[in-house]
Order: sequence, then C-alpha cells, then structure tokens
Amino acid sequence: MAYTEHAAHDHHDHKPSGMWRWLSTTNHKDIGTLYLIFSCVMFFVGGAMAMVIRLELFKPGMQFLDPAFYNSMTTVHALAMIFGAVMPAWVGLANWMIPMQVGAPDMALPRMNNFSFWLLPFAFTLLLLGFFVPGGAPAGGWTLYPPLVLQGGDSFPLAIFAIHLMGASSIMGAINVIVTIMNMRAPGMTLLRMPLFVWTWLITAYLLIAVMPVLAGAVTMLLTDHFFGTSFFSASGGGDPVMFQHVFWFFGHPEVYILILPAFGIVSEVIPTFSRKPLFGYEAMVYATASIAFLSFIVWAHHMFTVGMPLAGELFFMLSTMLIAIPTGVKVFYWSATMWRGSLSFEPPMLFALAFLFLFTIGGFSGLMLAIAPADFQYQDTYFVVAHFHYVLVPGSIFTIFAAVYYWMPKWTGHMYNMTLAKWHFWLSTIFVNVLFFPQHFLGLAGMPRRIPDYATQFADWNMVSSIGGFGFGVSQLLFPYIIYKCIRGGEKATAQVWEGAHGLEWELPSPAPYHTWEEAPTPAQIAHGAEH
Amino acid sequence: MSQSHAPADNSKYYLPHGTPWPIIGSVALFTTMLGVAAWLNAWFGPGVFALGLALLAVMFIGWFRTVIGENQQGVYNLDVDRSFRMGMIWFIFSEVMFFAAFFGALFYARTLSVPWIGGEGVKVFNKIFLWQNFDAGWPTNGPAHLGPRADGSFEVIPAFGVPALNTAILLSSGVTITIAHHALKAGNRGILKIFLALTFLLGFLFVSLQASEYGEAYMHKGLQLGTGIYGSTFFMLTGFHGLHVTIGAIMLTIIWLRTMNGHFTPTRHFGFEAVAWYWHFVDVVWLGLFIFVYWI
Repeated sequence: MAYTEHAAHDHHDHKPSGMWRWLSTTNHKDIGTLYLIFSCVMFFVGGAMAMVIRLELFKPGMQFLDPAFYNSMTTVHALAMIFGAVMPAWVGLANWMIPMQVGAPDMALPRMNNFSFWLLPFAFTLLLLGFFVPGGAPAGGWTLYPPLVLQGGDSFPLAIFAIHLMGASSIMGAINVIVTIMNMRAPGMTLLRMPLFVWTWLITAYLLIAVMPVLAGAVTMLLTDHFFGTSFFSASGGGDPVMFQHVFWFFGHPEVYILILPAFGIVSEVIPTFSRKPLFGYEAMVYATASIAFLSFIVWAHHMFTVGMPLAGELFFMLSTMLIAIPTGVKVFYWSATMWRGSLSFEPPMLFALAFLFLFTIGGFSGLMLAIAPADFQYQDTYFVVAHFHYVLVPGSIFTIFAAVYYWMPKWTGHMYNMTLAKWHFWLSTIFVNVLFFPQHFLGLAGMPRRIPDYATQFADWNMVSSIGGFGFGVSQLLFPYIIYKCIRGGEKATAQVWEGAHGLEWELPSPAPYHTWEEAPTPAQIAHGAEH
Repeated sequence: MSQSHAPADNSKYYLPHGTPWPIIGSVALFTTMLGVAAWLNAWFGPGVFALGLALLAVMFIGWFRTVIGENQQGVYNLDVDRSFRMGMIWFIFSEVMFFAAFFGALFYARTLSVPWIGGEGVKVFNKIFLWQNFDAGWPTNGPAHLGPRADGSFEVIPAFGVPALNTAILLSSGVTITIAHHALKAGNRGILKIFLALTFLLGFLFVSLQASEYGEAYMHKGLQLGTGIYGSTFFMLTGFHGLHVTIGAIMLTIIWLRTMNGHFTPTRHFGFEAVAWYWHFVDVVWLGLFIFVYWI
C-alpha cells in the first residue's frame, strides 16, 4: 500500500475530519475519549436494566416482567456494568492520563490501542443482540455457571463470543499500558516517582493479562460442552460443574481487583491534592497495592464456600481472604493520615473521594463478614452479598470514576465545570446510594435470596425503600452527562494547574492539553516539581 | 515499500497517524463470531463465518504489510523495537495463561473430580448411591462411559509412538531455529534460509502427523471429543496446541519469505525473534502435553 502516513510527521496537529477520525485514530486522547463515552453509554444501558429490576422488586408479587426476562436483566446488567462501564472507564482514563503523567508522547502501541477500543462496541452488539433471538438474552447470571447456563437459548454462543472479544480487548489494552509504563517514561521518571494512578494501573494490567485468558478458556469449555459433546462440567462424563466455578473465580477474584485498583490510584491522587499535602506513605501504598494483587490469586474459592469443598480448602481460602484486610487497611489508614492536619477543601473530586473512603470501607467490612466461612453459609446467595459488592462497586469504583472525571475534566476540555451542579450530583448520589443499598444488608440477613423477581411479603418494606433509593440514584445520574456536555461546550477557562494543590506532570501542561503532548520529554525540573508526593 | 528511500528520521518514537486496520479487524471478528454463532444455532450456513475469516485475512495481510513497510523504511528506532519486544512477551504470557485454564481443568479432573465421583474420602456416598459401578481411574470417560462405541470402551494414543516422534520433531525444530538465529546474527544468510525452511517444514510435519493421529483416534480408537473427560481434555489441549503450531508454522513461513526478500539484519530482526519466541512457547507447551496428557 502507498506509504503516506510517515509524511504526517511534519504537520502534527493534522486530524482527519468526521467519522473517519474516530474510526482510525491512533491518538491516546481520542481513544481515551472514545472509551469514556462508551463507558458512559454502557453505564446508562446497564443502569436502565437496574431500574427495571428495582421496578419489579418495588412490591412483592409479579408486577411487570416474566421471570426469564428478569433473569436476563440481572445477568446483562452485571455484564454491561463490569465489562462495559467500569473496565472501559479505567482504560479510557489510562489512555488519557498515563502518557501525560509519565511524560510519554502517546501510548506505546497506538494501532493496537485503536483495536482494543473498537472491539468493544462490536462485543456489546453481540451480547445485546441476545435480546432479539429465540430464548432471549443470557439469563443464567453473569457468572455463567453450568449446567444452568448451558440451558440458555440462541443467545448462549453470542454471549460466549462477546466475552471472548471483551477479553481480547482487555488483554491488548493491558499490554499497551504495561509497555507504555515500562518503556515510555521520560528520562528521570523513575518507577518510584510515578503517580499512584500509574502504579495501580500497572499492577491492574498484570492482573488482566494473567486472568482474562483464563476466562476465555472457561467460556470456551462451556461452548464445547454445549455444542461439541465435551464433558468438562458434566459428572456423567467424569467432569464436574464445580470445576467451572474454580476456573471462573480464578479469573473472577483478580477481576474484582481489576475493578477497584485503579480507583485506589485515583483516590491516592485526589486526596493529597485537596489536602494540600503529599500522600502519606507513598512507597507503602505501592507495596500494599502489589500485595493485594498477589493475594487476589489465592482467594478465589471464597466465592464458593458452600459447594462442598474439603475442610482444608475452606480454611485456606477463609484465612487467605482475611489477609487482604491488612494491605487494604494500610491504604484506608494512609488516606486518612494524608488528610490529617491537611488544609482541606471540598471540591467535587474530593467529595467523591471522601464518600469512597467511607462507603468502600463499609463494603470492605461486609466483605470480611462474608470471608468467615461458617457465617458465609448463611449469607451465600442472599441480598447481603448483593449489598456487599454494590458497596464496593458503586461508591467504590463508580464514585471514583466520577472523582477522576471531575478532577481531570478541566485538563481535558480547558474549561471549569459547573461546581454547584457537580455538588448536587455528589449529594444526591451519596444519599440515594445508601438508601438503595444499605437496606439490602437487612434483607440479606433476614434471608432474602438473590436473583429472584418475587419475594415473601416480610421483605416488602425494605425492598420498597431500596427501590426508591434506586430510582433516585438513577435519576441523579442524568446530571453527570449534562455537566460534562456543558463543560465541553464552554465555561470558565481552566488554568494549567487547575487545582491549587495538584502536582504531577499532567498539570505542567496547558489546559486543554494539546492534541500531542510531551513530544519533547519533560525537563528534570518539571519531573521534580510534579513528583512532590 | 522499496528500500531505496533515504533513511528515515528515527530520532523520535514513531507514532502512526490514523490506521484503517483495527476497525477492519473489529468488523472481521464480529462477522466471524456472528457467523459461528449463527451456524451453531442453525440460523444459516457457514457463509457469514467464511466471509469473516476472509476479512480477517485481509486485515492481517494489510496490517502486517504496513508495519513491515515502515520497518523497512527504518522509521522504528530502538525504543519502538523495545515496545514490540515487551508487547510480544506479554502476549505470549497471556497465551500461557490460556493454556493454564485447560491444564487446570485436566489436573482438577484427574486429582479431584474423578476420584470424588468414584467415592473417595468424604464423597463416599457418590459410590454408594450414585455410581456403584464406576471405578475411578485415568483415563476415564466417566460413569456414563460416554463415547462413540456402544460398549463405552476407548483406547488412548500411547505416548511412545507418534507422540514421542512428534516430541523429537518439535525439539529438533527448536534447534534448527536457534541455528538459523545464530546464522542471522553472523550474517550467514545461506545457513539462515536453509535452517529456517527446515524449521517450518518440521512444524508442518508435526501438524500432519498430529492430524493422522486424530484420524486414528476418531476412526479406530473410539477416542473423540465426546469421549468423556479424557476425550474432552485430550482434544482441547492438543487441539489448541495444534492450532498454535499451525499459526507458528505460518509465521515461520512468512519470515522465511521475508528472509528470501533480504529482510532482517544481524542487529535488527525483531520479527524473526518474535516468531522464534512464539515457536519456543509452543514447544514448551508440547512438553507439558507430552508429559501430562500422553505419558503419565
């Protein structure tokens, strides 16, 4: 083919116009924007499903849906939120911020970067196509346990292949992050000078590369069990359905840290900025993150305490799980210590980071309760589990994504956003998220099972409260794209540093950050100024 | 794509500006997978699947032509080279983890699920109430004796026949590619071409022997994908490995063709090394297969 791309070296800000720019882009900022828009769309798609779920659960009895469709709602809500909303948001933030934070001109492998994004819309087309085929969308739960999932309709292979594509996208994204961090740092940007967001993403990327292929293997075995007569998960042929759970959770537990480690990084950037103090215990934070990542590989069976594992297995997985509380505790205490005697101010990113600190910790504590194997025999598959993981994922991961967007958006757009509206977004979200999920602890402890469209009348009151919280939370989220849209269109000019206490190489660049940044590596003075953590 | 261009400026990290290949690749993978799903669901025949594969081939050829062309123009400096190396290493690691899932299934079945079905330890009631006549052992096709034969029997492929020969073939190909690599670094391109050709010929020989063994298993041994857990783990592990050997042999053929066209220098030959690493990876996986699937 004619070799023309090279000439583009001479006119750097040249962008193709229209649709083709976005389809063919290799620019990390463009790709980051695409990821973030995709994530926002999927957040509302998955959120709409959550609204349907809360609508059905508003009162006992079957109100609106048939049970199979309800099961599709819970299944696809989870897949859309995990693989469509949270993970792409992290990759989008990584794309935007990591090259700017380490002083690199772009991601290391720009064409592959485009590939890892554009696989995602196609993957979700396959998944959502399931709603329109005989048998309806996948309804066996996002964990895809056999034999139930093998009884699915025509959407079954579509969902399997969608997961393959999402996995391929994540692996390529992770390789790009690792190579960018390990090979593209500016001279003088030593590993222990990197911002915590870069560190947590580096560790997340290793987790991704290690476990996404395992998920691919697990779902491939499901596919062959369904269509090609293998017996991996069928006892009649010598296999075992529990084996799927082991393989799945070997992926699944590191996966939940994939969903939260970048959040730790963002909180570690936001809290020092708005405390106007360096992060307390920077190195310990790095080592704590690495410890959590290591432990995530040896705790998977705590998701399956009730399958009838040998006692030694129960004990091992219970104790290894509890170990995770130690590095996580280090982090929570160090964030608190960062604020100690700081000069605090409460802009929207800080508010969301503080909500994270309190509410994620609640989710962490209910996690410890679930880690106690004999207690888990009671909690297993109840709404207590639902409350637990929504506390770590919504005010954990999602709130941190809000914090990150409110923190860096002035750098991206060059405008300040409407602080008053953003604070409304914060207060409404924080109040409603607790109305939504806190009662689910009570429901679970009282014995209400997960994944059912109807329930005994004794659970009616708290379900109604939870649904009201859900609708309130859902409606409040509409503020978020509105605030972003207004900020892109205009607003008070942002300064380069944006926030008084902000340190880091991204704040050495003008706002909005030019299309190409750090084509000349940052100077040692800039790196030293940025690295005041 | 000619090499007569003046040496390009490679003082900076090369960043491409726009590329059509990933979006073509995404459409191709979507078409392929939609085609397979439709085929499996008997919505329609394999036509869409074939179209997807064709598009995928277009993407691979186009993308690699672009990259090889840029490389021949000399726009990739040593930093770009290092990025490619790191990328390849982590890609191979992800492949290792993919195989780990299937090895994990094999070990789990052999050491836990099959003995449990047979009533080992606390699972004693399985033996008493569920499957009285099942004697846990390996190889097995489970208590239902799944498989093509009416009597539920099957035979395995003995390790020290063709599999041992295939081990020797793959290990030899590891030696020949190393000789080719040393020849490349020494600037001895005659030896390079011969030993690289030998390597991919050995690779294709391995694949054809493996295919004939599959025929033997399917026709005469009662060993198929549906022959219980043994057939499942056997064919999935060796099948995915065979697929990777095929891909590797195609990659070797392509770098051989590039060698014939005068590509690669004694100091700069990332493409060669990436394929060599990949080849060693399929070699190591085979050793695991030979030991744990065929031998013990």
